[in-house]
Amino acid sequence: MALLQNQNGDDGARQYNWPAREKSKVIGKSYNRLDGMEKATGAAKYTYDINLKKQLIAIGFGSPHAHCKIKNLDIREAVALPGVVDVHVLKQGEPGTEIQWEGELLAVVAAETEAAAREGVAAIKLAVEMLEVFTDDENLESAKEAKRTRKAGSKIELENEPDEEEDEDEFAEREITRLFKEATHVVEGYYGIDSITHCCLEPHGSTVEWKDGKLTAYLSTQNVSGTDEGFADGLSTDDRTVTSSDVEVICNYIGGGFGSKFAADYWGLAAARISEKTGRPVKLMLTRDQEQKIAGNRPSGYVRAKLGADKDGVIQVWDSHHWGTNGYRGGGVGHAKMPYIIRPKNFRRVATSIATNNSQGRAWRAPDHPQACALTQTLVDDLAAAMGKDSYDVFMANFLAGNAASRHPNPGETYADQLKIAGRLIDWKAKWHLHGKGKVRDGVVDGLGIGCHEWGGGANQSNTTIKVHPDGSVEIFCGTQDLGTGTRTVIAQVVAETFGLTIDDIKINIGRSSYPASGASGGSTTVGAVCESHRRASQDAIQTLFGLAAKQLRVEASDLEAVAGRIQLQSRLEPRNARRLRGQGSKTLSWKEVCGLLGLKPLEVSASYERGGGADGVAKTKGDIPGPLSDEGVCGVQVAHVEVDLETGQVRMKKFVAVQDQGLVINPKTCKSQIYGAVNMGIHAAFFEQRINDPGSGKFLNAELSDYKLARLGDVGEIVVELYETDFERSRGVIGNGEPPVIAPTTAISNAVCNALGVRVPVIPLTPKRVLEALKAAGRA
Amino acid sequence: MKNFEYAAPRTEAQVVELLSAAPGRTEILAGGTDLVGLMKKMIVTPELVVNIMNVDSLKVIDQDEDGSVVIGAAVTLDEVLAHPYLGNYPAITDAILGISSMQLQSQGTLGGEVCQRPRCWFFRNGDPLLDQGQVSSGDNRFHAILGNQGPAKFVNSSRISPALIALDAQLRVVGPGEGDEQFLQIEDLFRVPRHAEQRELVLEPNQLVTHVILPSLESRHNATYEVRHGVGPDYPLAAAAAALELDDSGLVQDARVVLGQVAPTPWFSKEAGVALRGRMVNEQTAEMAGVAAVNAATPLSENEYKVQLAKVAVKRAILRAAGFETGGF
Repeated sequence: MALLQNQNGDDGARQYNWPAREKSKVIGKSYNRLDGMEKATGAAKYTYDINLKKQLIAIGFGSPHAHCKIKNLDIREAVALPGVVDVHVLKQGEPGTEIQWEGELLAVVAAETEAAAREGVAAIKLAVEMLEVFTDDENLESAKEAKRTRKAGSKIELENEPDEEEDEDEFAEREITRLFKEATHVVEGYYGIDSITHCCLEPHGSTVEWKDGKLTAYLSTQNVSGTDEGFADGLSTDDRTVTSSDVEVICNYIGGGFGSKFAADYWGLAAARISEKTGRPVKLMLTRDQEQKIAGNRPSGYVRAKLGADKDGVIQVWDSHHWGTNGYRGGGVGHAKMPYIIRPKNFRRVATSIATNNSQGRAWRAPDHPQACALTQTLVDDLAAAMGKDSYDVFMANFLAGNAASRHPNPGETYADQLKIAGRLIDWKAKWHLHGKGKVRDGVVDGLGIGCHEWGGGANQSNTTIKVHPDGSVEIFCGTQDLGTGTRTVIAQVVAETFGLTIDDIKINIGRSSYPASGASGGSTTVGAVCESHRRASQDAIQTLFGLAAKQLRVEASDLEAVAGRIQLQSRLEPRNARRLRGQGSKTLSWKEVCGLLGLKPLEVSASYERGGGADGVAKTKGDIPGPLSDEGVCGVQVAHVEVDLETGQVRMKKFVAVQDQGLVINPKTCKSQIYGAVNMGIHAAFFEQRINDPGSGKFLNAELSDYKLARLGDVGEIVVELYETDFERSRGVIGNGEPPVIAPTTAISNAVCNALGVRVPVIPLTPKRVLEALKAAGRA
Repeated sequence: MKNFEYAAPRTEAQVVELLSAAPGRTEILAGGTDLVGLMKKMIVTPELVVNIMNVDSLKVIDQDEDGSVVIGAAVTLDEVLAHPYLGNYPAITDAILGISSMQLQSQGTLGGEVCQRPRCWFFRNGDPLLDQGQVSSGDNRFHAILGNQGPAKFVNSSRISPALIALDAQLRVVGPGEGDEQFLQIEDLFRVPRHAEQRELVLEPNQLVTHVILPSLESRHNATYEVRHGVGPDYPLAAAAAALELDDSGLVQDARVVLGQVAPTPWFSKEAGVALRGRMVNEQTAEMAGVAAVNAATPLSENEYKVQLAKVAVKRAILRAAGFETGGF
């Protein structure tokens, strides 16, 4: 098969596609990350590592109170301290401002040293009027009393419709009542999942320098191409316009973002203003507790839910009311996500938002999905427990009955198939016992649980320029970023495949906003985006090179292929022709020889991809050129095997299996790495992570990582990842998988713990305290 | 971190001379795994930091003629762990292994571990150590369930001190005056502060713990058991150390049981010892000792679960000390 097919001569449009599985030389093969050695040896310079000559160190002064009104911010003593160069009071530090969460920065101190900056921060005097604090997001009744609630959406969907003259609400109530009455099994319960933070190991921040009217910002960001504009907008005033071209954002490596690092942020702008004012570079990285308090968190969710199912466990009706908080403006888990995946044709969902004195949440890897998954599929598992059935059979029955809401084009069969694989890999049928009926060995009992998820993952917008130099070297320039997931490596694989080279032959230039713009890395959109742009650009480039080679070889350009560092006749050509040409060694050319035909100037080819890939596999570009290089909509099934110490409530992971589809896999190694990381993150959330607000003061008590608990290597057990890449999935093109595998772990683990105990621990994380309290409430302690 | 002066003396006498009698003015730096964090958060702001890691006499592990083992305060935890003299003191090595951090074990010292400040999250976030309502009406899930009737509701965070008390260890202390030297039982090091001027250790600011002295042991019937949330580096939710004297038939002649992470001091439980004395160790007697140890518990609003954990920790420490499987994780 040719690398490039179906050239359309009429309008110049070209269909781009991927090589068949058996023809791929580089794509679909595992490679170590190109920057792995730099990272492992410490040679890689993260934003935190960037230090410029004569730079100032800036540290923010945060509000020590969760809810107050500023009366006065006295910076005089701080300004006078030796080593302090500037104290920049932020807008929210001005008298009269109402502060809604602890840690909100009120001023920034810039100094010659970190120690001086810290002393400056300590010297700031704050006078406030204390205001009433509310942080109890789990308690709906007290939130109502505190007037912290508001409606956050609802929906009723029913198979039957009311008569014309019938009142819709009354009909719905009657219909839902009827459906529950007719159900063979009715189960209800209370479930929840607490708010957590992003825990980026590299906190938010930047090192910035104003010089000659231009700003250079070394920024820890998931959005290299988009934050130059953010800086420009934020720094423009009525008297002065800063444009994106005045700003260059640079981020070569980032120590975690998970959805929280898309903007310059007000502290980044503050650093830039101090740099402009002082004429010196300024480095401002949030401290650890500031990072936790102000730079992002994930909304909480709590639900009272009820379902009715038929004799086989196929859910016929769902009714739920969930609530939670996304910070001081309220918010929470969007109602549209409920019920999650296992969605019957008849359901009612209601959501209530609670405003608490916490910073507003930011997108956290698969926004709303992990919570909605946990708020739904725990009740599904409790249905199995109530029926005295195997959870596997209940989930399977629902998949096969079409209760499988997903953007995947064929969800029911895909979930069923993936569950079968997951079940086999964890040896489900041999290990299964009914809920609470497992054999207790030395005070320890085991359990199994299931969770499933869905995600989009369609390609984002991406531009790139590929330069092929006359000496044969190849460079790409793209304003994307590598979050550590292997973007550099994937780009190199795509270009190397197209050019018949190795990944080491491709020099990757990314991480600068001056490069061709590429979308932010959020929503699992990057791998599709860079594959679209780089496959297109490289296929266009190879056509030019085929043209040059064809002239030299006196063959048709369309008969050529690029393989193993050479441009040569396609192997599919007729044997007679091939024999004739191959007999003449001078008729094939090395890559370098072909590039030499370019003359003195490099070949520069650019390509653009605009977001818009659809489930039909047809992506829309500016030129409306169809090309099934990427798609969106994935499933994913995960199963967990845990052990619980019945006396202490401690839970340990034994094994976790993740089966994940993501269309065509470019690099199985980095693809699996994404899933390992996601499952790890899910285990953190299942057992440990919890933003703990003090009920009295509203303070974020565990903002330091010594108190904010995370899983360690010994806590995660064995993780098995299975890439689900059937021929159909592969034919769909590339789909991002950054988000989906992080969704279901908390659910699968909660269900496994419930299976072990025979008692539901209703709220995640499943701490020893909560496990013991659940056992006690059930009369088991 | 506030700027400070730094000294690295070479003798115990020089250390004592450098230390100030005024609380908070000087701090002793050993491994720094606790002090540096406190200084970064400006919870302590010493004018002078005295590094004791260059004092050779504090870095030895020795055995006296009577078989007692003397360990310098500046000996690192992994040196303690690996030392052949510690073979009969599994209660200590259990506790060090429980720290589960190569960094803390290689950097942290025995003296520093014993003298570390409480991990109370109110204290570490800048509130006073003693309760002014922030603990009793706040989130106190990790706070004390025993000895918590006064304003001290924090828990002593030392992992090794319960073992040292169970083993009846002594401390050698020098200062405050030149040539001053005293030996005290380690349980006497700790106190429950009643007012803000009292620290949680009885030492004067210009006294230095120089050595831990472990009495000679002929058997290995001692152990530590910690209940931890995860397996990684984290402070336990509850812990206990037990040291047993058994007669030839296995009857308990004496039992010293000390709980950790449950009270403002390591909590010596006479009740647990009484419950065991004259009995064989088994699941039932160990359980009875656990029940006895927490009988007087007065949990706060959010930490009743710790009563169960403390009870289990005592039971399992006793079983382990007697050489039995503990059950559970």
